[in-house]
Amino acid sequence: MGLKRSAKIAGMAAALAFGMATAMTGQAFAKNEGFMKVLKRGELVVGVKADYKPWGFRDSSGKLVGMEVDMAQDVADALGVKLKLVPVQSSNRMQFLQQGKIDLMIATMSDRTDRRKLVGIVEPNYYTSGTNLLAKKGVLKNWTDLKDKPVCGKQGAFYNKVVAKRYGAKIVAFVGNAEAKQALRDGKCVGWVYDDSSIMADLASGQYDDYEMPMSTEDDNPWGLAVPLDELDGIWGNFMAGMQYRWLTSGRLSELEAKWGIQPTAFLKMQAEKLTPDRKHLK
Amino acid sequence: MLDAIAPFFEKLYDDTGWNFIVFYEQYEYDRLIEGIGVTIQLIIASLVFSLVVGIVGAWAQGAKSAIVRYVIAGYIQVFRNTPPFVQILFFYFVLGNLTPSYDAGGYQVAWIGNFGWAVISLGFFAGAFNVEIFRSGIEAVPNTTREAADALGYTRLKSYIHIVFPLAFRVCLPALNNNLVNLLKTTTLAYGIAVPEMMYTANQIWSDNVNVSEMMILLFFFYIGLVSVLVYGMHKWERQMKIPGYG
Repeated sequence: MGLKRSAKIAGMAAALAFGMATAMTGQAFAKNEGFMKVLKRGELVVGVKADYKPWGFRDSSGKLVGMEVDMAQDVADALGVKLKLVPVQSSNRMQFLQQGKIDLMIATMSDRTDRRKLVGIVEPNYYTSGTNLLAKKGVLKNWTDLKDKPVCGKQGAFYNKVVAKRYGAKIVAFVGNAEAKQALRDGKCVGWVYDDSSIMADLASGQYDDYEMPMSTEDDNPWGLAVPLDELDGIWGNFMAGMQYRWLTSGRLSELEAKWGIQPTAFLKMQAEKLTPDRKHLK
Repeated sequence: MLDAIAPFFEKLYDDTGWNFIVFYEQYEYDRLIEGIGVTIQLIIASLVFSLVVGIVGAWAQGAKSAIVRYVIAGYIQVFRNTPPFVQILFFYFVLGNLTPSYDAGGYQVAWIGNFGWAVISLGFFAGAFNVEIFRSGIEAVPNTTREAADALGYTRLKSYIHIVFPLAFRVCLPALNNNLVNLLKTTTLAYGIAVPEMMYTANQIWSDNVNVSEMMILLFFFYIGLVSVLVYGMHKWERQMKIPGYG
Protein backbone atom coordinates (compact mmCIF):
# COMPACT_ATOMS: atom_id res chain seq x y z
CA MET A 1 0.00 0.00 0.00
CA GLY A 2 2.74 2.44 1.10
CA LEU A 3 4.93 1.50 -1.79
CA LYS A 4 2.11 1.74 -4.25
CA ARG A 5 1.23 5.19 -2.99
CA SER A 6 4.76 6.58 -3.15
CA ALA A 7 5.15 5.16 -6.63
CA LYS A 8 1.98 6.93 -7.60
CA ILE A 9 3.22 10.24 -6.15
CA ALA A 10 6.54 9.90 -7.92
CA GLY A 11 4.76 9.21 -11.17
CA MET A 12 2.54 12.22 -10.73
CA ALA A 13 5.52 14.46 -9.90
CA ALA A 14 7.31 13.31 -13.01
CA ALA A 15 4.26 13.90 -15.16
CA LEU A 16 3.82 17.33 -13.64
CA ALA A 17 7.44 18.30 -14.21
CA PHE A 18 7.27 17.10 -17.80
CA GLY A 19 4.00 18.89 -18.36
CA MET A 20 5.34 22.14 -16.97
CA ALA A 21 8.49 21.92 -19.04
CA THR A 22 6.59 21.38 -22.27
CA ALA A 23 4.07 24.08 -21.35
CA MET A 24 6.88 26.55 -20.73
CA THR A 25 8.68 25.88 -23.98
CA GLY A 26 5.31 25.85 -25.71
CA GLN A 27 4.45 29.20 -24.22
CA ALA A 28 7.71 30.80 -25.23
CA PHE A 29 7.28 29.42 -28.69
CA ALA A 30 3.58 30.27 -29.12
CA LYS A 31 3.75 33.77 -27.69
CA ASN A 32 4.10 35.49 -31.06
CA GLU A 33 3.31 32.70 -33.45
CA GLY A 34 -0.11 33.96 -34.50
CA PHE A 35 1.06 37.51 -34.91
CA MET A 36 3.99 36.46 -37.07
CA LYS A 37 1.64 34.41 -39.21
CA VAL A 38 -0.52 37.44 -39.87
CA LEU A 39 2.45 39.42 -41.13
CA LYS A 40 3.77 36.53 -43.21
CA ARG A 41 0.37 35.87 -44.75
CA GLY A 42 -0.24 39.59 -45.36
CA GLU A 43 -3.81 39.13 -44.21
CA LEU A 44 -5.56 39.62 -40.88
CA VAL A 45 -8.54 37.36 -40.15
CA VAL A 46 -11.01 38.97 -37.73
CA GLY A 47 -14.13 37.36 -36.27
CA VAL A 48 -17.07 39.79 -36.15
CA LYS A 49 -20.81 39.53 -35.63
CA ALA A 50 -23.07 39.33 -38.68
CA ASP A 51 -26.40 39.76 -36.88
CA TYR A 52 -25.83 42.54 -34.39
CA LYS A 53 -26.73 45.87 -35.91
CA PRO A 54 -24.96 48.29 -35.94
CA TRP A 55 -21.84 46.61 -34.55
CA GLY A 56 -21.53 43.85 -37.09
CA PHE A 57 -24.19 43.10 -39.72
CA ARG A 58 -24.69 42.58 -43.42
CA ASP A 59 -25.68 45.52 -45.63
CA SER A 60 -28.13 45.17 -48.52
CA SER A 61 -25.39 43.78 -50.76
CA GLY A 62 -24.48 41.11 -48.22
CA LYS A 63 -21.21 42.76 -47.19
CA LEU A 64 -20.25 42.71 -43.50
CA VAL A 65 -20.29 46.25 -42.13
CA GLY A 66 -20.63 47.98 -38.77
CA MET A 67 -18.73 49.68 -36.00
CA GLU A 68 -16.65 46.65 -35.10
CA VAL A 69 -15.93 45.98 -38.76
CA ASP A 70 -14.50 49.51 -39.02
CA MET A 71 -12.37 48.80 -35.96
CA ALA A 72 -11.07 45.62 -37.59
CA GLN A 73 -10.18 47.67 -40.66
CA ASP A 74 -8.25 50.11 -38.47
CA VAL A 75 -6.19 47.22 -37.07
CA ALA A 76 -5.45 45.84 -40.54
CA ASP A 77 -4.45 49.32 -41.74
CA ALA A 78 -2.11 49.80 -38.79
CA LEU A 79 -0.45 46.46 -39.52
CA GLY A 80 -0.34 47.18 -43.24
CA VAL A 81 -2.10 43.95 -44.17
CA LYS A 82 -5.32 43.01 -45.92
CA LEU A 83 -8.47 42.36 -43.87
CA LYS A 84 -10.55 39.22 -44.02
CA LEU A 85 -13.79 39.05 -42.03
CA VAL A 86 -15.28 35.87 -40.62
CA PRO A 87 -18.81 36.00 -39.18
CA VAL A 88 -18.96 34.47 -35.70
CA GLN A 89 -21.75 33.82 -33.23
CA SER A 90 -21.87 34.22 -29.47
CA SER A 91 -21.87 30.47 -29.07
CA ASN A 92 -18.75 29.78 -31.16
CA ARG A 93 -16.67 32.97 -31.15
CA MET A 94 -14.20 31.80 -28.48
CA GLN A 95 -13.74 28.40 -30.12
CA PHE A 96 -12.95 30.10 -33.45
CA LEU A 97 -10.13 31.99 -31.75
CA GLN A 98 -8.85 28.95 -29.84
CA GLN A 99 -8.77 26.83 -32.98
CA GLY A 100 -6.88 29.49 -34.92
CA LYS A 101 -9.69 30.08 -37.42
CA ILE A 102 -9.44 33.79 -36.63
CA ASP A 103 -6.51 35.91 -35.42
CA LEU A 104 -8.56 38.47 -33.56
CA MET A 105 -12.12 38.60 -32.24
CA ILE A 106 -14.14 41.82 -32.01
CA ALA A 107 -17.65 40.48 -31.48
CA THR A 108 -19.65 42.40 -28.86
CA MET A 109 -18.37 40.04 -26.18
CA SER A 110 -18.90 40.88 -22.53
CA ASP A 111 -15.68 40.72 -20.54
CA ARG A 112 -16.17 38.04 -17.89
CA THR A 113 -13.88 36.13 -15.55
CA ASP A 114 -14.64 32.72 -17.02
CA ARG A 115 -13.99 34.01 -20.54
CA ARG A 116 -10.61 35.43 -19.56
CA LYS A 117 -9.53 31.86 -18.84
CA LEU A 118 -10.28 30.82 -22.42
CA VAL A 119 -9.20 33.74 -24.59
CA GLY A 120 -6.83 36.69 -24.21
CA ILE A 121 -9.11 39.64 -23.49
CA VAL A 122 -7.09 42.81 -23.99
CA GLU A 123 -7.51 45.86 -21.78
CA PRO A 124 -8.58 48.68 -21.81
CA ASN A 125 -12.16 47.68 -22.66
CA TYR A 126 -13.41 49.45 -25.77
CA TYR A 127 -17.14 49.44 -25.05
CA THR A 128 -19.82 48.55 -22.55
CA SER A 129 -23.44 47.57 -22.35
CA GLY A 130 -26.01 46.86 -19.66
CA THR A 131 -29.69 46.51 -18.95
CA ASN A 132 -32.10 49.26 -19.94
CA LEU A 133 -35.64 49.79 -21.06
CA LEU A 134 -37.35 51.04 -24.19
CA ALA A 135 -40.53 52.91 -23.30
CA LYS A 136 -42.94 55.49 -24.70
CA LYS A 137 -41.72 59.02 -24.04
CA GLY A 138 -42.66 60.39 -20.63
CA VAL A 139 -44.09 57.20 -19.14
CA LEU A 140 -41.19 56.15 -16.93
CA LYS A 141 -38.45 57.95 -15.05
CA ASN A 142 -36.88 55.53 -12.61
CA TRP A 143 -36.47 51.81 -12.26
CA THR A 144 -38.70 51.95 -9.18
CA ASP A 145 -41.61 53.08 -11.41
CA LEU A 146 -41.78 49.52 -12.66
CA LYS A 147 -43.30 48.07 -9.50
CA ASP A 148 -46.26 45.78 -10.30
CA LYS A 149 -46.35 47.00 -13.91
CA PRO A 150 -46.14 44.69 -16.92
CA VAL A 151 -42.77 44.84 -18.65
CA CYS A 152 -42.19 43.05 -21.95
CA GLY A 153 -39.12 40.94 -22.43
CA LYS A 154 -37.68 38.08 -24.42
CA GLN A 155 -37.91 34.58 -23.04
CA GLY A 156 -34.57 33.41 -21.79
CA ALA A 157 -32.95 36.80 -21.21
CA PHE A 158 -31.31 36.98 -17.81
CA TYR A 159 -32.46 40.58 -17.27
CA ASN A 160 -36.01 39.34 -16.76
CA LYS A 161 -35.30 37.77 -13.41
CA VAL A 162 -33.11 40.67 -12.30
CA VAL A 163 -35.76 43.29 -13.05
CA ALA A 164 -38.53 41.15 -11.54
CA LYS A 165 -36.61 40.49 -8.35
CA ARG A 166 -35.06 43.93 -7.89
CA TYR A 167 -37.97 46.18 -8.84
CA GLY A 168 -41.05 43.97 -8.61
CA ALA A 169 -41.87 44.33 -12.31
CA LYS A 170 -44.24 41.79 -13.83
CA ILE A 171 -42.30 40.33 -16.72
CA VAL A 172 -44.30 39.37 -19.78
CA ALA A 173 -41.77 37.43 -21.83
CA PHE A 174 -42.32 36.52 -25.47
CA VAL A 175 -40.61 34.00 -27.70
CA GLY A 176 -38.78 36.60 -29.77
CA ASN A 177 -37.88 40.27 -29.65
CA ALA A 178 -40.20 41.04 -32.56
CA GLU A 179 -43.25 39.86 -30.57
CA ALA A 180 -42.05 41.62 -27.42
CA LYS A 181 -41.64 44.91 -29.27
CA GLN A 182 -45.01 44.47 -30.97
CA ALA A 183 -46.61 44.00 -27.54
CA LEU A 184 -44.90 47.21 -26.41
CA ARG A 185 -46.23 49.10 -29.44
CA ASP A 186 -49.71 47.69 -28.71
CA GLY A 187 -49.42 49.13 -25.21
CA LYS A 188 -49.57 45.74 -23.52
CA CYS A 189 -46.65 46.71 -21.28
CA VAL A 190 -44.92 49.89 -20.07
CA GLY A 191 -41.56 49.02 -21.56
CA TRP A 192 -39.30 46.46 -23.16
CA VAL A 193 -36.33 45.37 -21.09
CA TYR A 194 -33.18 44.50 -23.02
CA ASP A 195 -29.54 45.24 -23.66
CA ASP A 196 -28.98 49.01 -23.95
CA SER A 197 -26.75 48.68 -27.01
CA SER A 198 -29.54 46.89 -28.84
CA ILE A 199 -32.14 49.42 -27.71
CA MET A 200 -29.93 52.24 -28.95
CA ALA A 201 -29.78 50.56 -32.33
CA ASP A 202 -33.59 50.44 -32.39
CA LEU A 203 -33.85 54.11 -31.45
CA ALA A 204 -31.37 54.93 -34.19
CA SER A 205 -33.41 53.03 -36.76
CA GLY A 206 -36.07 55.77 -36.84
CA GLN A 207 -38.94 53.36 -36.15
CA TYR A 208 -39.20 54.35 -32.53
CA ASP A 209 -39.42 58.13 -32.65
CA ASP A 210 -42.04 58.28 -29.88
CA TYR A 211 -39.91 56.13 -27.63
CA GLU A 212 -36.94 56.69 -25.36
CA MET A 213 -34.50 54.88 -23.12
CA PRO A 214 -35.38 56.60 -19.85
CA MET A 215 -33.43 54.69 -17.19
CA SER A 216 -29.80 54.80 -16.26
CA THR A 217 -28.22 51.61 -17.52
CA GLU A 218 -27.76 48.93 -14.88
CA ASP A 219 -25.37 46.02 -14.50
CA ASP A 220 -22.96 47.60 -16.94
CA ASN A 221 -20.58 45.05 -18.33
CA PRO A 222 -17.61 46.18 -20.43
CA TRP A 223 -16.95 44.44 -23.74
CA GLY A 224 -13.61 42.99 -24.63
CA LEU A 225 -11.87 42.13 -27.87
CA ALA A 226 -9.63 39.09 -27.71
CA VAL A 227 -6.46 37.56 -29.08
CA PRO A 228 -5.40 33.92 -28.49
CA LEU A 229 -4.76 33.41 -24.78
CA ASP A 230 -1.05 32.59 -25.06
CA GLU A 231 -0.42 35.71 -27.15
CA LEU A 232 -1.94 38.10 -24.63
CA ASP A 233 1.49 38.92 -23.21
CA GLY A 234 3.26 38.82 -26.55
CA ILE A 235 3.36 41.33 -29.38
CA TRP A 236 -0.26 40.74 -30.35
CA GLY A 237 -1.75 41.50 -26.90
CA ASN A 238 0.46 44.55 -26.43
CA PHE A 239 -0.31 45.81 -29.90
CA MET A 240 -4.06 45.53 -29.39
CA ALA A 241 -3.79 47.25 -26.00
CA GLY A 242 -2.13 50.12 -27.85
CA MET A 243 -4.83 50.12 -30.55
CA GLN A 244 -7.57 50.34 -27.94
CA TYR A 245 -5.76 53.06 -26.00
CA ARG A 246 -5.44 55.16 -29.14
CA TRP A 247 -9.05 54.50 -30.17
CA LEU A 248 -10.29 55.68 -26.79
CA THR A 249 -8.09 58.75 -26.40
CA SER A 250 -8.30 59.97 -29.98
CA GLY A 251 -12.09 59.98 -29.99
CA ARG A 252 -12.13 57.52 -32.90
CA LEU A 253 -14.73 55.30 -31.18
CA SER A 254 -17.04 58.26 -30.51
CA GLU A 255 -16.62 59.15 -34.17
CA LEU A 256 -17.65 55.61 -35.15
CA GLU A 257 -20.62 55.73 -32.75
CA ALA A 258 -21.84 58.84 -34.55
CA LYS A 259 -21.22 57.25 -37.95
CA TRP A 260 -23.38 54.23 -37.05
CA GLY A 261 -26.15 56.24 -35.39
CA ILE A 262 -25.53 55.05 -31.85
CA GLN A 263 -26.51 57.25 -28.92
CA PRO A 264 -23.22 58.51 -27.36
CA THR A 265 -22.35 56.52 -24.27
CA ALA A 266 -21.01 57.97 -21.06
CA PHE A 267 -18.53 55.11 -20.96
CA LEU A 268 -16.49 56.35 -23.93
CA LYS A 269 -16.32 59.87 -22.55
CA MET A 270 -15.26 58.57 -19.15
CA GLN A 271 -12.61 56.29 -20.60
CA ALA A 272 -11.25 59.12 -22.75
CA GLU A 273 -10.97 61.41 -19.74
CA LYS A 274 -9.36 58.72 -17.62
CA LEU A 275 -6.83 57.59 -20.21
CA THR A 276 -5.83 60.88 -21.84
CA PRO A 277 -2.56 61.99 -20.25
CA ASP A 278 -2.03 65.49 -18.95
CA ARG A 279 -0.35 67.24 -21.88
CA LYS A 280 0.22 70.58 -20.16
CA HIS A 281 4.01 70.20 -20.29
CA LEU A 282 3.87 70.28 -24.06
CA LYS A 283 2.65 73.84 -24.35
CA MET B 1 -42.74 21.34 1.80
CA LEU B 2 -39.60 22.90 0.36
CA ASP B 3 -37.70 22.59 3.67
CA ALA B 4 -38.29 18.85 3.67
CA ILE B 5 -36.94 18.17 0.18
CA ALA B 6 -34.35 20.94 -0.20
CA PRO B 7 -31.42 19.13 1.52
CA PHE B 8 -31.80 16.08 -0.70
CA PHE B 9 -31.81 18.04 -3.97
CA GLU B 10 -28.98 20.31 -2.83
CA LYS B 11 -26.89 17.25 -2.08
CA LEU B 12 -27.87 15.73 -5.42
CA TYR B 13 -26.56 18.86 -7.14
CA ASP B 14 -23.29 18.85 -5.18
CA ASP B 15 -22.70 15.14 -5.75
CA THR B 16 -23.88 14.60 -9.30
CA GLY B 17 -24.32 18.01 -10.91
CA TRP B 18 -28.02 17.41 -11.53
CA ASN B 19 -29.45 20.83 -10.77
CA PHE B 20 -33.09 20.59 -9.74
CA ILE B 21 -32.96 24.15 -8.44
CA VAL B 22 -36.76 24.34 -8.27
CA PHE B 23 -36.65 21.92 -5.36
CA TYR B 24 -34.18 23.78 -3.18
CA GLU B 25 -34.42 27.52 -3.92
CA GLN B 26 -37.46 29.42 -2.71
CA TYR B 27 -37.70 31.86 -5.64
CA GLU B 28 -37.56 29.17 -8.33
CA TYR B 29 -39.84 26.91 -6.29
CA ASP B 30 -42.47 29.66 -6.10
CA ARG B 31 -42.18 30.21 -9.84
CA LEU B 32 -42.70 26.50 -10.49
CA ILE B 33 -45.74 26.32 -8.22
CA GLU B 34 -47.22 29.37 -9.94
CA GLY B 35 -46.57 27.76 -13.34
CA ILE B 36 -48.29 24.55 -12.27
CA GLY B 37 -51.26 26.53 -10.94
CA VAL B 38 -51.66 28.52 -14.15
CA THR B 39 -51.40 25.36 -16.26
CA ILE B 40 -54.13 23.62 -14.28
CA GLN B 41 -56.41 26.68 -14.46
CA LEU B 42 -55.75 26.95 -18.19
CA ILE B 43 -56.54 23.28 -18.75
CA ILE B 44 -59.78 23.35 -16.75
CA ALA B 45 -61.00 26.59 -18.32
CA SER B 46 -60.26 25.61 -21.92
CA LEU B 47 -61.58 22.08 -21.40
CA VAL B 48 -64.91 23.34 -20.06
CA PHE B 49 -65.11 25.99 -22.77
CA SER B 50 -64.40 23.46 -25.54
CA LEU B 51 -67.09 21.11 -24.18
CA VAL B 52 -69.66 23.91 -24.13
CA VAL B 53 -68.70 24.86 -27.68
CA GLY B 54 -68.95 21.22 -28.74
CA ILE B 55 -72.36 20.58 -27.19
CA VAL B 56 -73.91 23.81 -28.44
CA GLY B 57 -72.27 23.42 -31.85
CA ALA B 58 -73.48 19.86 -32.33
CA TRP B 59 -77.01 20.92 -31.45
CA ALA B 60 -76.84 23.89 -33.83
CA GLN B 61 -75.59 21.63 -36.61
CA GLY B 62 -79.01 20.06 -36.75
CA ALA B 63 -80.82 23.41 -36.64
CA LYS B 64 -83.64 24.14 -39.05
CA SER B 65 -82.09 27.46 -40.11
CA ALA B 66 -79.62 27.00 -42.96
CA ILE B 67 -77.69 30.11 -41.88
CA VAL B 68 -76.93 28.63 -38.46
CA ARG B 69 -75.77 25.39 -40.08
CA TYR B 70 -73.50 27.27 -42.49
CA VAL B 71 -71.99 29.33 -39.66
CA ILE B 72 -71.17 26.16 -37.71
CA ALA B 73 -69.72 24.47 -40.79
CA GLY B 74 -67.60 27.54 -41.50
CA TYR B 75 -66.38 27.70 -37.91
CA ILE B 76 -65.32 24.03 -37.98
CA GLN B 77 -63.47 24.48 -41.27
CA VAL B 78 -61.58 27.56 -40.07
CA PHE B 79 -60.54 26.12 -36.73
CA ARG B 80 -59.69 22.64 -37.91
CA ASN B 81 -57.65 23.91 -40.84
CA THR B 82 -55.35 26.37 -39.07
CA PRO B 83 -52.56 25.51 -36.64
CA PRO B 84 -53.47 26.19 -33.00
CA PHE B 85 -50.32 28.26 -32.46
CA VAL B 86 -51.29 30.56 -35.34
CA GLN B 87 -54.78 30.88 -33.80
CA ILE B 88 -53.36 31.86 -30.42
CA LEU B 89 -51.07 34.50 -31.91
CA PHE B 90 -53.88 35.77 -34.15
CA PHE B 91 -56.34 36.08 -31.28
CA TYR B 92 -53.87 37.83 -29.00
CA PHE B 93 -52.08 40.16 -31.40
CA VAL B 94 -54.92 40.93 -33.83
CA LEU B 95 -58.25 40.56 -32.04
CA GLY B 96 -56.61 41.57 -28.76
CA ASN B 97 -56.04 45.06 -30.15
CA LEU B 98 -59.68 45.45 -31.15
CA THR B 99 -61.11 44.71 -27.72
CA PRO B 100 -61.90 47.62 -25.40
CA SER B 101 -59.19 48.54 -22.93
CA TYR B 102 -58.43 51.27 -20.45
CA ASP B 103 -55.23 53.16 -19.70
CA ALA B 104 -53.55 52.12 -16.47
CA GLY B 105 -50.70 54.61 -16.46
CA GLY B 106 -48.57 54.03 -19.53
CA TYR B 107 -50.03 50.72 -20.56
CA GLN B 108 -53.38 49.37 -21.65
CA VAL B 109 -55.37 46.86 -19.66
CA ALA B 110 -57.68 45.00 -22.02
CA TRP B 111 -60.92 43.34 -20.97
CA ILE B 112 -59.46 40.10 -22.15
CA GLY B 113 -55.83 39.47 -21.21
CA ASN B 114 -53.41 36.87 -22.53
CA PHE B 115 -54.86 34.15 -20.27
CA GLY B 116 -58.35 34.92 -21.54
CA TRP B 117 -57.24 34.79 -25.18
CA ALA B 118 -55.47 31.51 -24.58
CA VAL B 119 -58.66 29.98 -23.13
CA ILE B 120 -60.77 31.35 -25.98
CA SER B 121 -58.51 30.21 -28.79
CA LEU B 122 -57.76 26.79 -27.26
CA GLY B 123 -61.45 26.32 -26.43
CA PHE B 124 -62.53 27.14 -29.98
CA PHE B 125 -59.78 24.99 -31.43
CA ALA B 126 -60.69 21.88 -29.41
CA GLY B 127 -64.39 22.83 -29.64
CA ALA B 128 -64.33 22.47 -33.43
CA PHE B 129 -63.25 18.86 -33.01
CA ASN B 130 -65.74 18.33 -30.18
CA VAL B 131 -68.62 19.42 -32.44
CA GLU B 132 -67.70 16.69 -34.90
CA ILE B 133 -67.21 14.15 -32.12
CA PHE B 134 -70.64 14.90 -30.66
CA ARG B 135 -72.18 14.81 -34.12
CA SER B 136 -70.85 11.28 -34.61
CA GLY B 137 -72.49 10.34 -31.31
CA ILE B 138 -75.78 11.98 -32.23
CA GLU B 139 -75.86 10.21 -35.58
CA ALA B 140 -75.38 6.93 -33.74
CA VAL B 141 -78.67 7.44 -31.86
CA PRO B 142 -81.29 5.44 -33.80
CA ASN B 143 -83.93 7.45 -35.62
CA THR B 144 -86.61 5.30 -34.00
CA THR B 145 -85.55 6.57 -30.56
CA ARG B 146 -85.88 10.14 -31.78
CA GLU B 147 -89.27 9.42 -33.30
CA ALA B 148 -90.39 7.88 -30.04
CA ALA B 149 -89.43 11.10 -28.26
CA ASP B 150 -91.33 13.10 -30.89
CA ALA B 151 -94.35 10.89 -30.31
CA LEU B 152 -94.17 11.59 -26.60
CA GLY B 153 -94.42 15.31 -27.36
CA TYR B 154 -90.76 16.36 -26.75
CA THR B 155 -89.66 19.55 -28.47
CA ARG B 156 -86.39 19.41 -30.48
CA LEU B 157 -84.44 21.05 -27.64
CA LYS B 158 -85.96 18.91 -24.88
CA SER B 159 -85.44 15.75 -26.87
CA TYR B 160 -81.78 16.79 -27.41
CA ILE B 161 -81.24 17.43 -23.70
CA HIS B 162 -83.09 14.44 -22.24
CA ILE B 163 -82.92 11.70 -24.85
CA VAL B 164 -80.47 12.21 -27.71
CA PHE B 165 -77.51 13.82 -25.96
CA PRO B 166 -77.26 11.39 -22.99
CA LEU B 167 -77.15 8.47 -25.42
CA ALA B 168 -74.85 10.23 -27.87
CA PHE B 169 -72.48 11.23 -25.09
CA ARG B 170 -71.86 7.60 -24.13
CA VAL B 171 -71.07 6.69 -27.71
CA CYS B 172 -68.58 9.48 -28.26
CA LEU B 173 -66.78 9.41 -24.91
CA PRO B 174 -63.70 7.50 -26.20
CA ALA B 175 -63.22 9.95 -29.07
CA LEU B 176 -63.84 12.88 -26.74
CA ASN B 177 -61.27 11.45 -24.37
CA ASN B 178 -58.67 11.56 -27.14
CA ASN B 179 -59.45 15.12 -28.07
CA LEU B 180 -59.29 16.36 -24.48
CA VAL B 181 -55.89 14.73 -23.96
CA ASN B 182 -54.78 16.55 -27.10
CA LEU B 183 -56.15 19.83 -25.77
CA LEU B 184 -54.31 19.36 -22.48
CA LYS B 185 -51.02 19.03 -24.33
CA THR B 186 -51.82 21.95 -26.64
CA THR B 187 -52.11 24.35 -23.68
CA THR B 188 -48.28 24.56 -23.73
CA LEU B 189 -48.65 26.77 -26.82
CA ALA B 190 -49.93 29.56 -24.57
CA TYR B 191 -46.25 30.31 -23.80
CA GLY B 192 -46.24 32.07 -27.17
CA ILE B 193 -48.35 34.89 -25.78
CA ALA B 194 -46.54 34.93 -22.45
CA VAL B 195 -49.11 33.12 -20.33
CA PRO B 196 -46.95 32.04 -17.38
CA GLU B 197 -47.91 28.37 -17.56
CA MET B 198 -45.60 25.41 -17.01
CA MET B 199 -43.79 25.50 -20.35
CA TYR B 200 -43.12 29.24 -20.08
CA THR B 201 -41.98 28.92 -16.48
CA ALA B 202 -39.67 26.00 -17.24
CA ASN B 203 -38.15 28.00 -20.10
CA GLN B 204 -37.46 30.96 -17.80
CA ILE B 205 -35.98 28.72 -15.11
CA TRP B 206 -33.66 26.85 -17.43
CA SER B 207 -32.55 30.10 -19.06
CA ASP B 208 -31.63 31.61 -15.71
CA ASN B 209 -29.94 28.53 -14.27
CA VAL B 210 -28.64 26.68 -17.34
CA ASN B 211 -30.29 23.42 -16.25
CA VAL B 212 -32.08 22.59 -19.48
CA SER B 213 -31.96 18.79 -19.20
CA GLU B 214 -33.28 18.77 -15.64
CA MET B 215 -36.21 21.05 -16.46
CA MET B 216 -36.98 19.04 -19.61
CA ILE B 217 -37.18 15.87 -17.51
CA LEU B 218 -39.44 17.61 -15.03
CA LEU B 219 -41.65 18.97 -17.80
CA PHE B 220 -41.91 15.56 -19.39
CA PHE B 221 -43.01 13.80 -16.21
CA PHE B 222 -45.32 16.67 -15.25
CA TYR B 223 -47.33 16.27 -18.45
CA ILE B 224 -47.31 12.48 -18.24
CA GLY B 225 -48.76 12.85 -14.73
CA LEU B 226 -51.41 15.36 -15.80
CA VAL B 227 -52.53 13.29 -18.79
CA SER B 228 -52.65 10.17 -16.61
CA VAL B 229 -54.96 11.91 -14.15
CA LEU B 230 -57.24 13.08 -16.96
CA VAL B 231 -57.33 9.68 -18.67
CA TYR B 232 -57.98 7.91 -15.37
CA GLY B 233 -60.88 10.24 -14.61
CA MET B 234 -62.36 9.89 -18.07
CA HIS B 235 -62.15 6.09 -18.01
CA LYS B 236 -63.79 5.98 -14.62
CA TRP B 237 -66.55 8.20 -15.93
CA GLU B 238 -66.95 5.97 -18.99
CA ARG B 239 -67.41 2.91 -16.78
CA GLN B 240 -69.88 4.65 -14.50
CA MET B 241 -72.05 5.78 -17.39
CA LYS B 242 -72.12 2.42 -19.08
CA ILE B 243 -75.66 1.24 -19.74
CA PRO B 244 -75.83 -2.56 -19.79
CA GLY B 245 -76.74 -3.76 -23.23
CA TYR B 246 -76.18 -0.37 -24.92
CA GLY B 247 -73.23 0.43 -27.15
